[in-house]
Amino acid sequence: MWDYSEKVKDHFFHPRNVGEIANPDAVGEVGSLACGDALKLMLKLDETGRIVDVKFKTFGCGSAIASASALTEMIKGKTLEEAGKITDSDIAAYLDGLPEQKMHCSVMGREALEAAIANYRGVKIEKPVDEGTIVCKCFGVTDNKIAHEVREHKLTTIEQVTNFCKAGGGCRSCHPQIQAIIDEVWQKEKEKALIEKVRKPVKKLTNIQKMKLVQETIERDIRPTLQSDGGDIELIDMDGDRVMVSFRGSCAECPSSKVTLKSTVEAKLREFVTDTLIVEEVAS
Amino acid sequence: MKVVYADNNATTKVAPEVLEAMMPYFSEYYGNPSSMHTFGGQVAKKVDMARQQVADLIGSDPSEIVFTSCGTESDNAAIWGILRANPHKRHIVTSRVEHPAVYNLCKYLAQNGYHVTELGVDSNGMLNLNELADVVREDTAIVSVMYANNETGVIFPIEDIGRIVKERGSLLHTDAVQAVGKIPVNLSKSTIDLLTLSGHKLHAPKGVGALFVRKGITFTPFIVGGHQERNRRGGTENVPSIVGLGKACELAKKHMPEEQTRVKQLRDKLEDEILRKAPDARVNGHKTHRLPNTTNLSFEFVEGEAILLLLNEKGICASSGSACTSGSLEPSHVLRAMGVPFTAVHGSVRLSLSRYSTLEDVDFIIEHLPPIIRRLREISPYGRQTRAKEQPASISASA
Repeated sequence: MWDYSEKVKDHFFHPRNVGEIANPDAVGEVGSLACGDALKLMLKLDETGRIVDVKFKTFGCGSAIASASALTEMIKGKTLEEAGKITDSDIAAYLDGLPEQKMHCSVMGREALEAAIANYRGVKIEKPVDEGTIVCKCFGVTDNKIAHEVREHKLTTIEQVTNFCKAGGGCRSCHPQIQAIIDEVWQKEKEKALIEKVRKPVKKLTNIQKMKLVQETIERDIRPTLQSDGGDIELIDMDGDRVMVSFRGSCAECPSSKVTLKSTVEAKLREFVTDTLIVEEVAS
Repeated sequence: MKVVYADNNATTKVAPEVLEAMMPYFSEYYGNPSSMHTFGGQVAKKVDMARQQVADLIGSDPSEIVFTSCGTESDNAAIWGILRANPHKRHIVTSRVEHPAVYNLCKYLAQNGYHVTELGVDSNGMLNLNELADVVREDTAIVSVMYANNETGVIFPIEDIGRIVKERGSLLHTDAVQAVGKIPVNLSKSTIDLLTLSGHKLHAPKGVGALFVRKGITFTPFIVGGHQERNRRGGTENVPSIVGLGKACELAKKHMPEEQTRVKQLRDKLEDEILRKAPDARVNGHKTHRLPNTTNLSFEFVEGEAILLLLNEKGICASSGSACTSGSLEPSHVLRAMGVPFTAVHGSVRLSLSRYSTLEDVDFIIEHLPPIIRRLREISPYGRQTRAKEQPASISASA
């Protein structure tokens, strides 16, 4: 018997936004007939980049259809950035939960959305999770994908991995490999936590110590990365937790340098110096 | 809501006559059949009568019937009983399409020191008898092959199988849970050594089964305890259910011609009309070597669980071999062993009738199933145009 919430049943029996859009701005397709479920998502955006229309088609069980329908309702009216923040757990929560064995249906929703966003941005979908070595041959799931789900959902058993990404749900011959991936992920996380403890001084830093650490981190962990792309960075000044930097080389003209500033420079400095740092770009 | 029950291979309705026969054994006749007094003794007589009724249905001697708690127990008792009685023989032969009661037991045995050979089936679900002849060897303790398949209804040529097994000096057990009561089974002139049957598949209640053990076969009890069932199964008899099983067997014998005619006609009508009204569908399993009550249909581009949910809304009870209904992610091992393409396995639906099925029931399913398939196909991203590029080659039977 199916243990579906009223919300799942409602979205299954009365799916919203079924169909296709004639000239879609973005299309995301995941799954296949062989896998047992598939989802095709089509988006129409307005000039401000907001999702004004969304349609889907699904091949799959009740909860796959319900998850797809729920996703379309969740993203309507959102910008791609906002929509991109939706996780599989959000989809499941919107449906008042999914049975454990059906969590992969919500994962399929998130993946289709990711694919659609990537399709719109014209980037070849950057999906490191789909690269790597196939571990589960029955469902074609890679080691990267399994590791991703393990980290994302804090999974500790093979059964949970199967629920989230199907891996190990077929012939079971890959179970030892899945266990090894789970062990490896958590071993690494443990080590990371340990390293962080060592790296981040527990007691409050003096201004001089802070400046020195910032300088060291920029030299050691940030400049080499940027230089490999033909760019560079210079530390201009510091004022308390404010770190003022200026980009050089290709970074100076790079349209995504703002992203680099936050995702690389600030992240690294926060990791190795202190969480409270704010990095700003200043004219040099 | 009206219920149209088309899942009789899962379980059946208890026949009113069966229930009536059972009732006194819950109340006034509560004696223990093993007791010395008349009060218990009269119950023992009733159990013996049930044993005779079961024997009459399958053409055996009453002394060859051992009552058990269910089909799974009978299967376990048969296989373990022979293995324990022949400890020097370490080889078992079975098929890839067995019910989990045998399939998983053989897997367990394979992990625990026994050699297990699984026989493949062809695309019609039929065994290759030459393969069987090749694999049965001197240390083969038992060959366990089902009589008729629960998912597809395919009937194996069990007597031909038995002859091959006999010629090579081994023993044949057959899980006949789906066959007994639906097709004639006669063990008086048969090569079958052990046979499993289950009460709730033939309008008796759940929780009772029987194992036929041919006279002269050395058999070690599976449940060790008292002297009940001639030392072949310990435990106080489940008297009301045994009485019910006896009555159900008597009724099954009486209604056997109806299974072959009226039930079969209903099934054929159901199958033909649905195939006519729903394109891109197929029947799984041999068209003629098949139980008269069962049809297993595959609908391309849609998924079985979704079909069942929508059928359920109409009050129609069916089952599916799709991955999503199995509790695991693995679709039906039976359909996969037959090499049914994955695409068709996911969209499979089993409809199984009984002598209680009516023309009205069948017409109701014919009316509602094809629109459900159409509705799901409208939601599906796949269709005829995608089939050529999406459908992978059928998997081989060894996959």
